[in-house]
Amino acid sequence: MISLHVNGEVSKVDVDPDTPLLWVLRDNLGITSVKYTCGIAECGICTVLLDGEAVRSCSITVEEVVGSKILTIEGIADDHPVKIAWIEKQVPQCGYCQPGVMLQTVDFLSRVPDPSGEQINEALDDVICRCGSHPRMKQAIKLAAGMTSTAGVKS
Amino acid sequence: MTIDITRRTFLQQSSLVIGVTLLSNSFELCNVSFVRAGSELTFKPHAFLEIAKDDSIIIWMGQTNLGQGTHTGIPMIIADELDAAWKNIGVKMALAAEPFKDPLWHVQLTGGSTSIRHRWDMLRQVGATARQMLVEAAAEKWGVSAEKCTAKESKVFHPDGRSFSYGELVETAGKRKIPENSQLKDAGKYKIIGTSKQRLDIPDKVKGKTVYGIDFTLPEMCIAVVARPIAYGASPQSYNEQAAMAVKGVVKVVPIDDKIAVCAETTYAAMQGRDALNIKWSEGSHPDLNDEYLDALFVKHLEQPGAVGKESGDAEEAFAQAHKTVEESYKLPYISHAQVEPINCTAHVEKERCRLWVPTQGQTVAQMTASKITGLPPEKVEVMTTFAGGGFGLRGEPDPVVDSVILSQALGRPVKVIWSREDDFANDYFRPGSQCRIKAGLDKEGRVVAWIHKVAAPSVMSRVMPQYVEDGIDPDAISGIRDMPYSIPNQLVNYVMLQGVPIPVGWWRSVGYSVNVFTVESFIDELAHKSGKDPLQFRLEHMEKGSRPYKLLSLLAEKGAWNSPVTQGRARGVALTFCFESIVAHIAEVSVDNRGKIAVHKVICAVDCGTAVYPDAIKAQAEAGVVMGLSLAFHEEVHFDNGGVKTANYDEYPVLTMSEVPEIEVHIASNNLKAGGIGEPVLPSVAPAVSNAVFKATGVRLRELPFKTELLVSG
Ligand code: FES
Ligand code: FES
Repeated sequence: MISLHVNGEVSKVDVDPDTPLLWVLRDNLGITSVKYTCGIAECGICTVLLDGEAVRSCSITVEEVVGSKILTIEGIADDHPVKIAWIEKQVPQCGYCQPGVMLQTVDFLSRVPDPSGEQINEALDDVICRCGSHPRMKQAIKLAAGMTSTAGVKS
Repeated sequence: MTIDITRRTFLQQSSLVIGVTLLSNSFELCNVSFVRAGSELTFKPHAFLEIAKDDSIIIWMGQTNLGQGTHTGIPMIIADELDAAWKNIGVKMALAAEPFKDPLWHVQLTGGSTSIRHRWDMLRQVGATARQMLVEAAAEKWGVSAEKCTAKESKVFHPDGRSFSYGELVETAGKRKIPENSQLKDAGKYKIIGTSKQRLDIPDKVKGKTVYGIDFTLPEMCIAVVARPIAYGASPQSYNEQAAMAVKGVVKVVPIDDKIAVCAETTYAAMQGRDALNIKWSEGSHPDLNDEYLDALFVKHLEQPGAVGKESGDAEEAFAQAHKTVEESYKLPYISHAQVEPINCTAHVEKERCRLWVPTQGQTVAQMTASKITGLPPEKVEVMTTFAGGGFGLRGEPDPVVDSVILSQALGRPVKVIWSREDDFANDYFRPGSQCRIKAGLDKEGRVVAWIHKVAAPSVMSRVMPQYVEDGIDPDAISGIRDMPYSIPNQLVNYVMLQGVPIPVGWWRSVGYSVNVFTVESFIDELAHKSGKDPLQFRLEHMEKGSRPYKLLSLLAEKGAWNSPVTQGRARGVALTFCFESIVAHIAEVSVDNRGKIAVHKVICAVDCGTAVYPDAIKAQAEAGVVMGLSLAFHEEVHFDNGGVKTANYDEYPVLTMSEVPEIEVHIASNNLKAGGIGEPVLPSVAPAVSNAVFKATGVRLRELPFKTELLVSG
């Protein structure tokens, strides 16, 4: 049995320790907002926050995250600036990539609260959005950066 | 028992339900409020619109939600004609059913940018009819004539100011016949159409609550991954079933034709089980197939005369007599859909019915496929369309339906088939590659007098709708050429259907236009240059003055300040598309450094899609079109080797990313014409606008996609 701390709750799962975190979250814990797309750390769509840091859950084993606090998009409060900005700017198209991209943004803004356009480009250059919602992502990131929030994360 | 409960529920909260019956050339609305009463507990709506006693309004959707905005745009049209309060509107995905078939094509699908343009009259009629019934119901209750009553914000008003809410009227209205005299609004009276509502599906997508096909789950469900041939025509020679079964969680190994499925309790177990199979494949049918082989094959085909796809005047003669001539060749690669959610389908086959949960763009095809495999009549196959993580045409294909239905039958359990990303690239139905040769002649005034265009390309239609391929002509393969928006007196279009390759090709966003608009719009630019004219002016001179494309291009010239000087070091290029009943044009502003690196600084897009139903969704699609168009221009190309697909994952198939996305400006031409398509027309003219700008900047013409930027190295 492996204990995982996800969105403020502790769950025990009976899996092989080298199972990728992605599949444990999706298949064992039913947290399907964490998406599979490439499986090789190329797209960023499976991103979760590990003690606040964006990591690609397809490329980290469940064993490696024991003892860390994992956040998925459900663990981010609905009034978090990133979520508000994403709705305000009507960012998602198919929406499949968005939880991962939003989590990477949460991490980025926590380190760079007032980013320039160039910094945004650089920080989000390694994620894939096939629908092409990038122009709106950029606007939403700027909007979120401009908001001050006491909300933060849930846990 | 069940029915009794349902009826009681219904009697307590009856609704007005409007359905649609499709006739061969038209449609008829029907009042199905009564049918609703007798339906089973899980209501299978054959309806577009349902208004309940509590004023809530449900609009049932038959179109797939791929994030394109139609799940808000369609309700906007109905709600506007209904004079509904927008806050009352809710949207639900319906099971696949007759009324949701395309009224012109008679199949249920989401493709061809048809969702609204093929239903423009129908959707408005649904809303207007329900409104009329509600008004008549109120008039009946008040004993006044219906003409004296007005509807507004989900209420009907008596001339003296009294009102009934729609919910209060549904019972009376539900008993009325469909009126014959419901009036559609004049465009000037629209209150919802033309506004930018918040998209209804976005909050859930932001919260991570949206359930895509790949997320769908059922009790007792197995997850399956299927090993598919690694080369075209290959089949398994040997494999280790025992090793697969030894993986914890693997339930069963099932060979299906030349594929081997591994079914397991979890996705990861299924994937590991598949790896453990260690399959030895036969060589396949085309062991020599690789990029060079393909290229040579296209070149060889282009030498053949080809079938005549269009002939007007005497093009060869006019070319021979022309004052100046230009002749060039162009080349485009096979490209992949690369939609982010891998292909998947969940099936549960039982004795009397088969249920599918699938992010499909082709409900009818899915239904017929499952019906054929199970032997159940189509009406016993329930197709529930889930949200889809992109599609761009690929999701019309039934492959995952086939595998999941067969496996559910084999296991007696619900089965979800998931493709890995590698499966997705290897088994795509690609946008065909294409090569062409174009020659044209100009007269002394610099007008194009002859245009001769020969295309060698594989045919999509021969596979998916062979009935439309006549005399060797696949109309899609020459779309954008045969119907180019320029009037040229002498034209000859030839098509050589590529034979001898096993690579399956399919529909890909904007289909043939994604290929041919690049070549036509590049070549018209070459001709403008040859005649010494401004490329935008040159295009206008070859269009009917005052026509829609003429006006749109003029609008773009104005908005994009075409005639004012461009920022130092940059150059502009222009290109135009006319397809799916809409016109889109782009101006790209670029600079090129001496290492050949192209920077796209800004793209200005003008759109005429008739009535702009949902401007913010149009804008979102136009932005997306620029991003995907640039992605094609700079990166996308599928590679082949050893008789199969070489490209395996996104690391070998880069798509455009954040730092490459330019500033994008979208201008929507406003008019009251019939709504046209938007998902596809926004794409094709992006790449040629950029290469035309690159030519302006450097004098080098890029005639191949993705761009071979090494041609631009200058220092
Ligand atoms: S699925 Fe993990 S990075 Fe793509
Ligand atoms: S919104 Fe579809 S991939 Fe990003």
